[in-house]
Amino acid sequence: MILKWALLLGLVLALASTPQARAQDAYALLASPSFDSIRQGVQELGRSGDSRALPVISALQAGELFVRADHALFIRTASGFTDAQTGKSAPDVSADKLKKVRLNNPVREAIDQALGSLRLFASDPGQRRLAADAMFHAHDPLALPTLDRAIAAEKDAVVRRTMTEARAAALLSAPDASTQDKLSAITIIGARGGADSRAILEPLRDQPPPVGTAVAAAMRSIDQQLQLWGVIQSVYYGISLGSVLLLAAAGLAITFGVMGVINMAHGEMVMLGAYTAFVVQQALGPVWTGISIALAVPTAFVISGGLGIIIERTLIRWLYGRPLETLLATWGLSLVLQQVVRSIFGPDNRPVEPPGWMSGDFHLAGLTLTLNRLVIIAFAALVLTGLMAALRLTPLGLRMRAVTQNRTMAAAMGIATPWIDAFTFGLGSGVAGMAGVALSQIDNVSPNLGQAYIIDSFMVVVFGGVGNLWGTVIGALTLGIVNKFLEPFAGAVLGKIAVLVMVILFIQRKPRGLMPVRGRAAEA
Amino acid sequence: MKTAWIMPAILVGAVALLAGMNLAVPEGAPLHASAYLISLAGKYLCYAILALSLDLVWGYAGILSLGHGAFFALGGYAMGMHLMREIGARGVYGNARLPDFMVFLGWHDLPWYWSGFDHFAFAAVMALLVPALLAFVFGWFAFRARVSGVYLSIMTQALTYALMLAFFRNDMGFGGNNGMTDFKDVLGLPLQADATRVLLMVLSALILAGAYALCCGIVSSRLGKVLVAIRESEARTRFLAYRPESYKLVVWVVSAAIAGIGGALYVAQVGIINPSEFAPANSIETVVWVAVGGRATLTGAILGAVLVNLGKTWFTGVLPEAWLYALGALFILTTLFLPRGIIGLFSWRPRSRGPAEPAVTAAASEVTG
Repeated sequence: MILKWALLLGLVLALASTPQARAQDAYALLASPSFDSIRQGVQELGRSGDSRALPVISALQAGELFVRADHALFIRTASGFTDAQTGKSAPDVSADKLKKVRLNNPVREAIDQALGSLRLFASDPGQRRLAADAMFHAHDPLALPTLDRAIAAEKDAVVRRTMTEARAAALLSAPDASTQDKLSAITIIGARGGADSRAILEPLRDQPPPVGTAVAAAMRSIDQQLQLWGVIQSVYYGISLGSVLLLAAAGLAITFGVMGVINMAHGEMVMLGAYTAFVVQQALGPVWTGISIALAVPTAFVISGGLGIIIERTLIRWLYGRPLETLLATWGLSLVLQQVVRSIFGPDNRPVEPPGWMSGDFHLAGLTLTLNRLVIIAFAALVLTGLMAALRLTPLGLRMRAVTQNRTMAAAMGIATPWIDAFTFGLGSGVAGMAGVALSQIDNVSPNLGQAYIIDSFMVVVFGGVGNLWGTVIGALTLGIVNKFLEPFAGAVLGKIAVLVMVILFIQRKPRGLMPVRGRAAEA
Repeated sequence: MKTAWIMPAILVGAVALLAGMNLAVPEGAPLHASAYLISLAGKYLCYAILALSLDLVWGYAGILSLGHGAFFALGGYAMGMHLMREIGARGVYGNARLPDFMVFLGWHDLPWYWSGFDHFAFAAVMALLVPALLAFVFGWFAFRARVSGVYLSIMTQALTYALMLAFFRNDMGFGGNNGMTDFKDVLGLPLQADATRVLLMVLSALILAGAYALCCGIVSSRLGKVLVAIRESEARTRFLAYRPESYKLVVWVVSAAIAGIGGALYVAQVGIINPSEFAPANSIETVVWVAVGGRATLTGAILGAVLVNLGKTWFTGVLPEAWLYALGALFILTTLFLPRGIIGLFSWRPRSRGPAEPAVTAAASEVTG
C-alpha cells in the first residue's frame, strides 16, 4: 500500500521533473523488492544528477546497500550505517531490521552503465575521460541528456572533446535524431578515427543521402588513417624482427665481416647463450627471473666468448687463408656442439620464463607495443653501441682494427696478432651468446635454435656489406622491415623466400653489399 | 689416367656381384643379397653421382656449392611427379586424374606444370633440364657479377634454403610437407620387385660410369685446364683474355644436370621425395663426402660418398647418438689433417698444404674478391 503510494508520488514528481523529484522517485524504486524496479531505479538515479547517486550505486554494486521495512535506504560502512539519501550516519539503525538490496544480471548491467554516466561528473578529469570513453563504446541514446549536462559542466578541453564524441556516438544510435544533428555527429566521429569509430559508422552506411554519403566519406578518411597506422605498425614489427636479426648477425659481423672467418658454428654460439639463460634461471630458482635474465647476459658473453677463443686457438687458426675449409670445419663443429647440447639437455624445448618487467604490452596512439619486443630492440641497440665503442675506444679495438687493416704492419708495430685474432673471434662469439639470451625470450630454446638463424645472419652481413657494422645495422633493419611488409601480401613463408631471392639478386648488382668498405681497407 | 679407372672398375665389379647374388643365389642362402642391400647399394650410387657432380665444380672450378642438394632434389621431384602419375587410379582415393595429395587438398584440376609428366621420357628430360635451367639462371647472374668464393657458397645455401621453404608449402602443388611417396611402378615394372631393384641399381651404376667418363673428359680437355686455371687464380686467367664466367657457367650447368639425374634415380629407388632433401645440411654433407674422398680427383668423390654413407648406415644402426659426433669430427679432422682426402693418402705426390700466403689478408681478399 505504502509502496503504491510512493510510486504514485514518484510518478507525479517525475512529471514535475525537477532533478530533486526524479531522485526521490529513483530511491523509492530502489527500495522495492522487484528486480525490474530496482533496475529502473538505478537507471533513474544515474540520470538524475543527484549528488548522492554515485555512493549509493557504488554501495549497491558492492552489496552494501540495505533497505528497512519503511523503505528507507542505508549504506553499510566500516564504521556503521549511514543514511543513503543524506549521507549522514545513522547510529540507531540495527542490522537485524535491514534487508540487503538484491542484484541480478540486468541490475548489474544497469549499475555499470549508471556508474559510467555518474563518473562523467567525477572530480578527477582522468576518471571523467575514461567514463566518456566507455560511453562512446556503449553509444546508448538514453544517456544523451546526461552527456549534455556533462558537456555543459565540463571545463577541461580534452575531456570535453571525448564527451562530445560519446554524445555523437549516442546520437547516431538514437532513431529520432534530426538529419542535421546526425551530419554533425558523423563529422565528429569521422575526425576521431580508429577502428571503433568505423564500427559505429558502419551500420549507417546504407542510409539515404546526405547521411549515407557523409558516412561513406567519413569511413574513407578513417580507412586511410587506419592504413597509415597499419604501415607504422608494420614498420614497428619490422624493426622488431630487424633487431633480432641484428643481434644474431652482430657477432657474425665481427668474425665474418672483420676477420673474414666463415663461422658456421656461429648459430651454436647463439644457442649456447640461450641455454646459459636457461641454466642460470634454473640455478637461481623461479623467484629471481628478473635478475637471472640480467645475470645471464654477462655469463653468456663469457661462456660463448671463452669457447670462441678456444675454437680459434685450436681449430680456426690452422685454416686461415682457406675460407672454404674453415666453413667445413666450423660446420662440423656446429654438428658436434648441437649433439653435445642434445645429449646434456635432451632434444626438447627448454622453457626460459620471462621476467615480470618484460611481459605485457601497452598502447601508443594506434599502436600496440609488446614489452618483450621493445626490450629486445633496446637491447640490440645497447649491444651494438657497446660493440662499436669496444672497437673504437678500447686499446683492444684499436689493435683489432690495425690487424684487420694491415696485418704485417701491425705485427711490425709489436702487436701480438695471433692473440688479437683469438680475442676478436672471442668478442664475436660472446656477442652471439648475448644474442642467445635475448632470443631465449622469443624463440624456443632447443638444440636447433642456432640453425634457424645462421642463414638469415649471413644474409644480413652479406647484404649490409662485409666489414662494416653500420652496414649490418641497415641490412638487418631493411631485411626485417621488407619481410614484415611482404607478409600480409605473400604470407610468412613466401615473404621470406622473396627476401632471400631479393638478396640474391641484390648481390648480383652490388657484390660487396649495401655499404662496401672503401679505401685502403678494401685493398687488404 | 690408368689409375683413375681402378676405382670405377671395383665399383662395377661390386655392382655386378650384388646383382648376381640377388638374382642367381636363392633366397635363404648365406650369399643371397637381400632387397634391402640392393636398394641400399642403389642409393649409394645415386649419392656418388651427386658427389661426382659437386667435385666437378668444387674440385676443378673452385666453386664450393652448398646448394647442390637443390639440383638433386629437383631432379628427384621431376621423377617423383612421373611416378605419381603412374600410380593412376590405384591411389587411396582412387582418383585417376589427380594424385592423392591434391584430392586431399580439395583440388579439382591438375596444375598446368604437371602436364607432360605422364610420359616417362618427358619426366626424364625434365629431371635433367629443370636443374640445368635453375643452375643456368643462377650462374648467369652470379658469375657475371663475379660473386665468388665464400659469397657464392652462402648464396647457393640461401638458394636451397629458399627452395626448401617453397616446397614445404602445400599450395605449390608438390605435396607440401609430406612430399610424394607410395609409388607403384616405373614403365610398367613394379618398384617393389627384386628384378626392378636390381635393374635400377645397375642403371645407376651405368649412369655413374657415364657421368664419370663425361667428367673425366671435361677435366682432361682444354675446358678443364682453363677451369683449373680459374680455380688457382681467376684474375690471372681473366688477364690472359679468357672469360672465366663462361667457363664456370658451362661446367656449373653440366654439374647441375648430373646431380638432377642422380636425384631422379634416387627417388625411383628410395620411393619417397620430400622437401627435406633441400635442407642445407644435406648439401653440406655432400661436401664432406667429396672432402673425405679427396677433392679434385673425381674417383675420390665416388669413394667418399660410398664410404661416408656406409659409415652413416652403420652408425645410425648401432649408435644413432654418435653419428652426428662422427660426422662433425669427420668434417674437422678431414679439413685439418687430410686436405687431399683418402685418395691423397695413396698418391705419391709430395704433400702441399695450400698457399703459404699471410693468413688473414688472403682470407679477406678471397672474401671480398
